Amino acid sequence: MKHNGNTLAALKKGQKGVISAVDAACPHVQRLMTLGLVEGAEIELRSAALGGDPLEFRLFGRGISLRLEQARHFTVSPVGPGD
Amino acid sequence: MTKPSETRIPANQIPISRQRDASIAVVGTPNSGKSTVFNRLTGLRQRIGNYPGVTVERHIGTLKIDNRNIELVDLPGTHTLSAHSLEERIAVDVILGRMQGLPQPDGILAVVDATNLYQGLYLLQQLLDLGVPLAVVLTMTDAAEGEGLQINLERLSEHLAGVPIFPVVATTGRGLEELRHGLSSLHEQNPPQPILAWPKLSAAAEALVASVAAPLRRVEVERLLVDGPSDANAAVVASLGPAGNEAIRRAQDEVFGRDPPLAAEARVRYRWVRAVLADVQSRGTSLASWRTRLTAFLNRPIPGTIGLFIVMAIVFQAVFAWATPMMDLIDSAASSLAALTHSAIGDGPLASLIADGVISGVGSVVIFLPQILILFLFIILLEDSGYLARAAYLMDRAMRSIGLSGQSIIPMISSFACAVPGIMATRVIPNRRDRIATIIAAPFMTCSARLPVYALLIAAFVPSQSIGVLNLQGLVLFGLYLFGIFMGVLTALLLRKTALRGPKPPFALMLPEFRRPNIRTVLFQLLGRAKVFLYRAGTVIFTVAVIVWALAYYPRSADVGPYLVEQQRLVESTLSGTELAEALANIDNQGAALQLEQSWLGRAGKFVEPAFEPLGWDWRVSAAVIAGFPAREVVVAVLGTVYAVGDEADESTLSERLKAATWSDGSAVFTLPMVIGLLIFYACCLQCAATLAVIRRETNTWRWPIFAWGYMTALGYLGALLAYQFL
Repeated sequence: MKHNGNTLAALKKGQKGVISAVDAACPHVQRLMTLGLVEGAEIELRSAALGGDPLEFRLFGRGISLRLEQARHFTVSPVGPGD
Repeated sequence: MTKPSETRIPANQIPISRQRDASIAVVGTPNSGKSTVFNRLTGLRQRIGNYPGVTVERHIGTLKIDNRNIELVDLPGTHTLSAHSLEERIAVDVILGRMQGLPQPDGILAVVDATNLYQGLYLLQQLLDLGVPLAVVLTMTDAAEGEGLQINLERLSEHLAGVPIFPVVATTGRGLEELRHGLSSLHEQNPPQPILAWPKLSAAAEALVASVAAPLRRVEVERLLVDGPSDANAAVVASLGPAGNEAIRRAQDEVFGRDPPLAAEARVRYRWVRAVLADVQSRGTSLASWRTRLTAFLNRPIPGTIGLFIVMAIVFQAVFAWATPMMDLIDSAASSLAALTHSAIGDGPLASLIADGVISGVGSVVIFLPQILILFLFIILLEDSGYLARAAYLMDRAMRSIGLSGQSIIPMISSFACAVPGIMATRVIPNRRDRIATIIAAPFMTCSARLPVYALLIAAFVPSQSIGVLNLQGLVLFGLYLFGIFMGVLTALLLRKTALRGPKPPFALMLPEFRRPNIRTVLFQLLGRAKVFLYRAGTVIFTVAVIVWALAYYPRSADVGPYLVEQQRLVESTLSGTELAEALANIDNQGAALQLEQSWLGRAGKFVEPAFEPLGWDWRVSAAVIAGFPAREVVVAVLGTVYAVGDEADESTLSERLKAATWSDGSAVFTLPMVIGLLIFYACCLQCAATLAVIRRETNTWRWPIFAWGYMTALGYLGALLAYQFL
């Protein structure tokens, strides 16, 4: 998984998306799923740290940060354009 | 549905000295305001203990209400009943009643952040199926209103099997009175009817429970199916009998199919959560408060990073500027107390034990308190305001390049003031390997106790010449700071590649909105930290200080006393006035030096001299370094004694004496290569009983402090050897 494709890692700042698939093989990803990153959840990219990694998302009104490599495990369908 | 729990003992049958009517566990996700609620409810009636065998602190408080004593236990925060860190494991074990020697709580108070119902409901859903009376406290209802969130509490309670919900604003105390009364009878309420949001899992668990004679609870088996057999649920597996593992595997196949159990659980339970949310919560327009504006500003990478450095500079400066006067005060108070003791009961062994052993031992413990209190005041303020998580987020990439994660930044920077609070601050690091690597790297940061040693040696032996606008002495000091950072980073990298090799920990950090910290909560936590330091580390530091005192005091030589009296008589007959006073002081200092020379410490210095000779150290330096074991800054005072200028000698007197020190062949002891070696030794070595005691306490084993001490001392020795031999 090197490419951002249509994953969380490819969202633009301020852009929202709904998680449509999770590559759940990795235990770390399963851990993130228990925090609420599951299919059907709406998520928005808020910001990135210096260098573009890690990323900060907004999930149901709460900030959560993920590293790029982890964000790539979550496929999203973007909702609306980013800025 | 639920079988009565076998491990539950009625509260009045528990043989404890303190009378209590019920024990209620306070459970919640991290950052839900759990500790604030706990502190609000129990006030000063709380105590800190430990869970058996682990370092996790156990916070217990008492709530006196309606003529009852309700014991509240503040459990570590957890998102789910599937634990992955040690702290979460404790919380889950207590909740499920599988902690050895602790009965399952009589009731659970679930703390849910009103602005984070999404994750709160996930945990609540699992708690509802436990068969234990449950009450929900909804915190930060004011912040939720500010964000434009409307929550229909009646509807929410209906979804949650009718459990009582208490909305509060813990910072102002709104709603707390109702909560208190609600808690007084919680243990007498019926457990909520389980909601069983995942019928397939519950059915499979019920089938397993029914298949064996042993009394098992459905929830225990549900958790076993999701988590898989481990030492946490070994008792449950054992009760399932010899065919247990096979039965578990079959049930898992049936419930989860090919999905990983945790993922399957998250999918099912969050579906329920979203449905409930859609029904009970509506989002209006958010008021653009200072919070949201500040958060938005600090979210931008560049202002955020600059802001972080400004915050850390302020913290660092405050620790130095505020702690130093207090430390000087403690120091001078200890010396005058010691002097008072000597003048009151003379110079015998008892006086010396009290003055130089006990008082200075207590002093060497208390002297850390200003730094610990100030640093922790800031750390707790930053943590409670939500900034600490943001700092970890901003620094994650940089810290990752040295094998650590963002959460290591605060402990590392704190260690520039003092490694003791720095190591205590590593508790925010969830991953054990990361945490230990940080703990071992932290003491390399140049702490304030290294400064007196550096200052003495640099002032005495590094010429004060300018290089451009810079001063050579300043440059050497700066170089020592860089050297410490370099060695710390190298150590962390090496450890993560060898003994602490392991998968990169996942980095999922909840980033809470900024909020105003609650001053009571901050003070309670501060008090707790200070107590833990005094009890756990203080005893070790004190013991070591008294041992070193005894080594430097015994055995006393009977010859020194008469010799000194002789000398005194001699000068008294020839000198007078200030000259006499000076001469007498000089004789005292000589006497102290002679006694030290033939004490165990002096003998040890001579005994190890061959080992340190390749470093260019004579027995005096060796003895001083040994005496500095409990606290490295002591080396300055011991050098003062051993070079017969008194342990309170000012720097210039002592540095003159050091420059004049020679080997028996007349060559100088303190040559530049030897001094550079000594500086490198002090940059590396772990001469600090407080740090060792805190490493022991935080890692819960002597292995790591012993490793750290051996490793750092070996590095220091090697550095000093190379410097002396090759410069």
